[in-house]
Parts: sequence; C-alpha cells; structure tokens
Amino acid sequence: MITTIAVGVLVLLLLWLALWTVLARDAFLAVAGFVIYGLLLALVWVRLAGIDVALTEAAIGGGLTGALLLGAVGRLRRTEAETAAEDVGTATRALAAVLALGVTAALVLAVLMLPEPVPTLAPLVVPNMPATGVGNPITGVLLAFRALDTLLEAIVLVIALIGVWSFAGDRAWGGRPGPRYQAEPDGILAYLARVLPPLGIVIGIYLFWAGADHPGGKFQAATILAAMWMLVQMAGLDDAPRTDHRGLRAGIVVGPLAFIAVGALGLWKAGSFLGYPEGWAKPLILVIEIALLPTLVLVLALLMNGPPSRGGAR
Amino acid sequence: MSVETLFALTACALVGIGLYGLIAQPHPLRKLIAFNVMGSGVFVLFGALAKRGAAAGLAADPVPQALLITAIVVAFAATAVTVALMLRLIESADSASLAEPSAKD
Repeated sequence: MITTIAVGVLVLLLLWLALWTVLARDAFLAVAGFVIYGLLLALVWVRLAGIDVALTEAAIGGGLTGALLLGAVGRLRRTEAETAAEDVGTATRALAAVLALGVTAALVLAVLMLPEPVPTLAPLVVPNMPATGVGNPITGVLLAFRALDTLLEAIVLVIALIGVWSFAGDRAWGGRPGPRYQAEPDGILAYLARVLPPLGIVIGIYLFWAGADHPGGKFQAATILAAMWMLVQMAGLDDAPRTDHRGLRAGIVVGPLAFIAVGALGLWKAGSFLGYPEGWAKPLILVIEIALLPTLVLVLALLMNGPPSRGGAR
Repeated sequence: MSVETLFALTACALVGIGLYGLIAQPHPLRKLIAFNVMGSGVFVLFGALAKRGAAAGLAADPVPQALLITAIVVAFAATAVTVALMLRLIESADSASLAEPSAKD
C-alpha cells in the first residue's frame, strides 16, 4: 500500500517536473527543474530493478548534464530576452501540442499492446555468465555479450571530445579550456576540494572494482573521479590541462586502443573479433576495464571543460 | 496495474512533453533541455520493457539495462557537443536566434 502511494507520488512529481522544465519562464529554472528530475529518474530506475542504471542516471543524467547546462545558462543569460521576443506563435504551439499528444497516444497504444509472453534475453544471459568470470550480469553484457556496443561507445566519447575541441578558435587550439577559476583560498569550496577528493577517489575505485560482481562499474566510477577533478579545478587548486599535452591525449585514446587490441587478439585466438579465448575472459575484461577508466575520466571531465579558450599554440 | 506498465505510460507522456518543448521553445538551450526530457522518456520506456523481461531469476532483462547505461553516457556526450556548438554560435553570430537571417532583415 505504502509503496503504491510512493510510486504514485513519484510519477506525479516526475510529470510535474518535466512540464516545469519544458515550460518554465527562465532557463535557469528549467535547468534547476531538470537536475531534480534527473535525481527522481534515478528512483524510477531503482523501482525498475536497474540499480546500475540508477547510479549512472544520478551521476551522469542528473549530475554531469545538470552541471553542464548550468554552466551554459550562465553564459547564455544575455541572449534569453532576444529569443523570448521570437515567440513561435499560437498556431505553432497548437500544432506542437497536437503532435506531442499524437506521439504520446501512439506510444500508449504500443505499451497497451505489448506482446505476451514477454520477449527476454535473460534466460540466455544467465547460463552463459560463468564463462565470463564476472558476477554482475550487466557487466557481463557490457563487456562480453555486447562488447562491440561498449567499444563503439568509447569511440563515440572520444569523437565527441574531438568535436567539442573543434569549436575552439584557431588561436586557442591546443590551449587550456574554460576560465582559470579563482576561489577564496581559505573558503569552504577550497576546503571541500581538499577534503572530498581522497574520499571520492576511494569510492570511485570501489565502485569500479565492485562492478564485476555488484551494481557499479567503470562509467559510474569514472563520473565520480571526473567530478572530483572538476571540484579541484573549480576551487582554483589546479588549472585545466593543456589540450595539446601528449600524456593527456594518450590517456584519452588508451581505452579504445586497448579494447581494439583485445578484440584483435580474439580474432586470432578465439576465431571472432572481441571473442575471448576459453578461460581468459575475466583477465581480458579486467584489462579492458582498467584501460577504459582513464579514457572515461578524462573524456567526461574534458567534455565538461569545453573547447580550449586560452593560451593556444606555443 | 503493474508498476512497469505505470512507468511505461508515464514515459509516453514524458516523450510528448519533451517533443512539445522542442518545438515550442525558441531558445536553443531550452530546446536542448526539452530534447533531454524526451530522451529520458525513451529511456524509461525501454527500462520498463527491461523490467517486464524479468526471467531466469533476474529482476529484469540485463541486455536492455546495459544498453541504457551506454545510452545515458552517449546522451551526455551529445549534450556536451551541442552546448559547445551553441556557445560558439553565440560567440560568432552574437545571437542565439535559430531563425533564418533573412527573416530578420
């Protein structure tokens, strides 16, 4: 009974926040609504038995995306009034509402007509888990059964970072992204930036290691580690890295390259790209995960930093 | 009604809300936020289908759940690229308007 009420309240809050986010007068209010919406979504994932997804949603969907959008709001403030004047008009609004209702209705029909029995791949995953040597079925899917998706995802992240960097002006190319943050050296931000990172690093590495058998994994761990790095930067304790630093660039590509190397090894030893030779699954998965961690931390943090903006071309 | 059906129907509404905002809000940042709401609706729908696929002792089908983690990370990357593009647009055009330049002259 209580859980039914809780789920009802959660659904109503979610819908209200989504409407708030879309309709709010001010972009700042919209982003604030979106961050809370992301955290509520994490609760939805818990109810849908997706603890791994809930961790990712809270860390990336709400946290990183929210911080990114908040940064953008600050820089886009002065353009808001201008576009507010270009109202799309009542006719477009009405058409948009009709279209949105139509799409929703079509999806509702699809949901109500879902097939029985339910199609599922779980019975195929469970008996094959022992061969992977990991205990968390999601890690098994990400790094064994659907490893190709994870490889392409890592490559997409690197391409996204190249895309963001490409928006740098010619003179800033290779320089440092974002502003050099200044904070009160004895203030609370600088204090937190000294106290939190050791804890954050331990929690991040724990999530990374526990991900083999329990909810967690490299994405959630990388987000926490990237957030700790951002905290240190924002407190002015460290500057953003130069984007032409060779070590940095090597760290960014090591994950996908190691992944492809393991895939090629599979082609040679196991007869298929990304196939693992008998008994070698667990160590190879570990190699891929360890190589992906620096890539994910660097790419997530640098995507937050944005394109290089100062001190380019030495 | 089961909890996954309820969330699936909520997800349908979220997609609609996001789509409306994507069209009706003129500012590109507001369009981006609305697009993210729409995307999250798709994710919740997919997650509800994963919960329906609970079998073989697992609480949900792990294959769609793993794809969801990938999807959330890729959505963040795409959002970051869009924000960078938007800031560059405003820097070079000194305007956040997406209207055709001829319409304003």
